[in-house]
Amino acid sequence: MTTIPLPQISPAPHKVVTQESPWARWTLILLALSFLSLFLLLPLVAVFFEALRKGWEVYLAAITEPDALAAIRLTLTAAAIAVPLNLIFGIAAAWAIAKFEFRGKSILTSLIDLPFSVSPVVAGLIYVLIFGLQGWAGPWLREHDISIIFAVPGIVLATIFVTVPFIARELIPLMQAQGSEEEEAAIILGASGWQTLWHITLPNIKWGLLYGTILCNARAMGEFGAVSVVSGHIRGLTNTLSLHVEILYNEYNFVAAFAVASLLALLALVTLVLKTLAEAKVAQQTTRGNHS
Amino acid sequence: MSTFKQHSVLPGFNLALGFTLLYLSLVVLIPLSAAFIYSAKLTWPEFWNAVTAPRVVASYRLTFGASFAAAAVNAFFGLLVAWVLVRYPFPGKRLVDALIDLPFALPTSVAGITLTAIYAGNGWLGQYLEPLGIKVAFTPLGVFVALTFIGLPFVVRTVQPVLEDIEKELEEAAAMLGATRWQTFRYIIFPAVLPALTTGFALAFARAIGEYGSVIFIAGNIPMVSEITPLLIITKLEQYDYAGATAIAVVMLVISFILLLIINLLQWWVRHRSTKA
Repeated sequence: MTTIPLPQISPAPHKVVTQESPWARWTLILLALSFLSLFLLLPLVAVFFEALRKGWEVYLAAITEPDALAAIRLTLTAAAIAVPLNLIFGIAAAWAIAKFEFRGKSILTSLIDLPFSVSPVVAGLIYVLIFGLQGWAGPWLREHDISIIFAVPGIVLATIFVTVPFIARELIPLMQAQGSEEEEAAIILGASGWQTLWHITLPNIKWGLLYGTILCNARAMGEFGAVSVVSGHIRGLTNTLSLHVEILYNEYNFVAAFAVASLLALLALVTLVLKTLAEAKVAQQTTRGNHS
Repeated sequence: MSTFKQHSVLPGFNLALGFTLLYLSLVVLIPLSAAFIYSAKLTWPEFWNAVTAPRVVASYRLTFGASFAAAAVNAFFGLLVAWVLVRYPFPGKRLVDALIDLPFALPTSVAGITLTAIYAGNGWLGQYLEPLGIKVAFTPLGVFVALTFIGLPFVVRTVQPVLEDIEKELEEAAAMLGATRWQTFRYIIFPAVLPALTTGFALAFARAIGEYGSVIFIAGNIPMVSEITPLLIITKLEQYDYAGATAIAVVMLVISFILLLIINLLQWWVRHRSTKA
């Protein structure tokens, strides 16, 4: 009895036709990661490294000296005014654009994005042209002893300008994707407009709202160019954190400059974490919405 | 009213639209119009001289040239990064994905001083580049580096969703018909992402032209050599030359509006493509 050896059937080499060869794949991954390390990771590491170059004590002293604290206060104040205003604007604009059909809608949508395409320097300049001493309202303001340019109101105005689109542009596509059936049902069942907004719309858009608010806040606290034009750089009075970094740096006080900068870098990291979480929730909500 | 707006059972249209228009006018439109009205104080020859002075023209050349180069580099690497993030699994991928938006979140002054610390002659990388004869900080090359940093997320974020939506079947069909991987990329994938890639390029370019904070630290700001246009506006303002500053601002505004229009058309092209597919 001889057994006939069966030919060994080895599984055909599993080749996925829509995949690159492993070495091509890893070359591309390495190339992409090197680019990102050079342009993203290295600067991020450098901020904290330079800030702590002379140790914790110098670091803490730099961020707790009176001018730095005043800058922190002003930055928080400007954001605390600009973000809620743009939040209300964002909801109103999204309600009008996403829930209704009217003529000129696409023009209005583009106009909302306008501040994004204006250079921050130009954004600051236009407020100087209106409220500055040589500006339209300048003489009147001086008569009544109101200062806007080179004072806190100017900083707030410039911050509002550069952050106008953030929340609206998050909410408009989200509310358009969700449709208005739920709101229509609520109105037909007798709910008032405000009740509908509060109990139906806002819960539906809360993650998108959070997402937009986080980005708006990051820009409001970090804005440099526009604020720089209207601030006048008065230490302790009209200096935001971003401007304080510049002043310290130009005085060759590098460690202090990077210490203050590291606070803003931390804010950026927190923003990225919250943004990633909110983004995941928005994606979840929209896929769930599409299934129902 | 009935021709202006379609009927809806939902309330609040007048209030919402009214508030939106009022707010936009007060905060954005009226202030922006101030630039145009103020520049009308100049006669046409004065305006023309202000915006075509040699120092101003040199700044346009640098601003547009560096912005274009930065946007082009971002288009190439942005496509590569988006491709790697969508197609290949690798450790730490979610972290990398989250980090892409860093230039949006990091204040520009922080980016500016940090890049300078890295590329200055005694800096982290500068000390190795300078002996090779490559000076980055305080030269036009530094402007390019800063603009590459701030424009990095645009291409990745516009191309990523389009790559995710490409149907695998198309690529399989191409492979069955004998196409190599490169041919599939060249003739199937690349045409599909081209509208998004162009949009991302235009967004990065538009952002770079107006950028100020991250550039001024690393540029060195030498007139005629490494001085960007937004900085020139500030210089003129500090010399109380409001008219001159406004004239340059108007030129920049007009260019931004044209770019905005082009970007809107590009986005329409992207949507048109994806609905057709």
